[in-house]
Amino acid sequence: MAAGPMSAMDTAGTAPTPDPAPAPGTADATGAPADRDAAPTSGLAVSARGATRSFGDRHVLQDIDLDLRADEFVALLGRSGSGKTTLLRILAGLDPGAEGEIHVAERRAVVFQDARLLPWLSVLDNVVLGLRDGRAADRGRAALAEVGLAGHEDDWPKTLSGGEAQRAALARALVREPQLLLLDEPFGALDALTRVRMHALVQELCARHRPAVLLVTHDVDEAVLLADRVLVLTEGRISLDVPVDVPTPRLRHDPRFAALRSRLLAELGVDEAAEGARPPARPPTRPAAPSADPPGGAP
Amino acid sequence: MTDVRTTPPNPHAPSDAPAGPASAAAPSLRAAPAAPATDPARPPALVRLPTRRSAGDGKRRLRVPRSVERLAGVAALFVLWQVASAAGWVEPDVLAGPQSALTVGWDLARDGTLGDALWTSLGRVAWGLGLGVPIGTVLALVAGLSRIGDDLVDANLQMLRFVPILGLQPLLIVWLGVGETTKVTMIVLGVAFPIFVNTSAAVRAIDPRHRELADVLGLSRIERLRRIVLPGARAGFLVGLRLATGVAWLLLVFAEQINATSGIGYLMVRAQTFFQTDIIVMCLAVYAVLGLLSDGAVRLLERRLLRWQPGR
Repeated sequence: MAAGPMSAMDTAGTAPTPDPAPAPGTADATGAPADRDAAPTSGLAVSARGATRSFGDRHVLQDIDLDLRADEFVALLGRSGSGKTTLLRILAGLDPGAEGEIHVAERRAVVFQDARLLPWLSVLDNVVLGLRDGRAADRGRAALAEVGLAGHEDDWPKTLSGGEAQRAALARALVREPQLLLLDEPFGALDALTRVRMHALVQELCARHRPAVLLVTHDVDEAVLLADRVLVLTEGRISLDVPVDVPTPRLRHDPRFAALRSRLLAELGVDEAAEGARPPARPPTRPAAPSADPPGGAP
Repeated sequence: MTDVRTTPPNPHAPSDAPAGPASAAAPSLRAAPAAPATDPARPPALVRLPTRRSAGDGKRRLRVPRSVERLAGVAALFVLWQVASAAGWVEPDVLAGPQSALTVGWDLARDGTLGDALWTSLGRVAWGLGLGVPIGTVLALVAGLSRIGDDLVDANLQMLRFVPILGLQPLLIVWLGVGETTKVTMIVLGVAFPIFVNTSAAVRAIDPRHRELADVLGLSRIERLRRIVLPGARAGFLVGLRLATGVAWLLLVFAEQINATSGIGYLMVRAQTFFQTDIIVMCLAVYAVLGLLSDGAVRLLERRLLRWQPGR
């Protein structure tokens, strides 16, 4: 692994702390000091050029160029199999098999679709797992309070509801003060009402901490609701890159919301008319159902 | 939530029908199955679901703890056995009754014979577990965590696992003589294998998503071992430990009946020479109690170590 396919902006490795030599066994530690000189310092949290990932002859990602500003919230939409999770995993440093020149912020955190809490650690211990400073517990408590889980510090993760577990995962990400927050369909497994509350929480937290965010999702409404910019990934390439010009607070019945939504759905290959053209305003019985799940059912 | 009623979607059905006297609602409900199911215009016939009417409605009876209930069968067996012995249906030379076994146990306890034997036997098992459990655990971690360890340790142990431990006795005696070392070594070997097999399987089965989490959080090797591998393999290790304690007692009995000059097994062999079935029965009972106690101890440990699991 001469010059690894991936390098952090200032140091390699996955350690969230500014420790220049993280874990000796860290899988993707490139440890090439030359990368440091190449790293751009221009207020970017992600800078990728020609990112490519192939499995055999199958190119899951082809020649992706992607910049994320340091405080930008970008949603990455795509049908299942479009390579969006692969891209996120590359940026998370979880995929040593990627090609291209990829730089990411040094402090980054990931929230997965499953909360991925260790069941044998208390909620607080999960949040501060891997933190090595003396004030970790206090910071963990504060992060839990911030996501509305004060009082659950000593609970076992298995006693939490799905939404609570995902909030704990969010706290675990926040406590690391990430410069880049990678969200891999973090609301996908939640029920519709919980998802609405999580959207609000994420908006609030991101407004306060201002990390760069890459949100991988297949929910068009979620993307338009949360992001500053939406990318659509089609067959391993970025096929659409569009800013979200809907003024906040973003309401689904705003015509600009609906217009962007239609455009994104079309890009994803969903014909709204053919799909039954559900109106942008939801039927009252299903207040927050994901209006479009192109990857799941669409051919 | 104790009073679950069938809520009729049909406005004509009396809403309190299930709770009221059965006669009022019964005819229409009883007629329901006979109605042709093919008529789509017909409103659905309602069927009364079996429910409790109120929380205190169930048959009131004395709550006997389940554990006590389970002992009833055991007690019945002992009573039958005692009656059979006392009535002379079973000769004492063939099988002593519970009472004579208890009496001889009391006598042997008072003159110290039983205590000495118990102490010796417990010591052998303690040594066997004390050495075998760490050996099995360390080998499992080596095999489960590194490729080289897997190649060197796992393949060999999986092969040796099928060598019957009891069959090793002659070889061990040649190597180590007939003393304590041979007995303890047999127990160590017998204990190490189930610990190894179950723990290494558990280490291998650790959720790859947890390893990925460790990558994302930048955990060090030590942190991975302490926070992910060891706790993740705990359940498998405890299964191995339960098997291992069983094996330890089994091998103890075997080892103590050959070339032993002390211990519970020795008491039994000596009693056999004189057809003292009361002592044999007493010794078997002691083994059984020891086995039960150690199993209970492991279960207690399980409850403690796996208390994060729901339902514990």
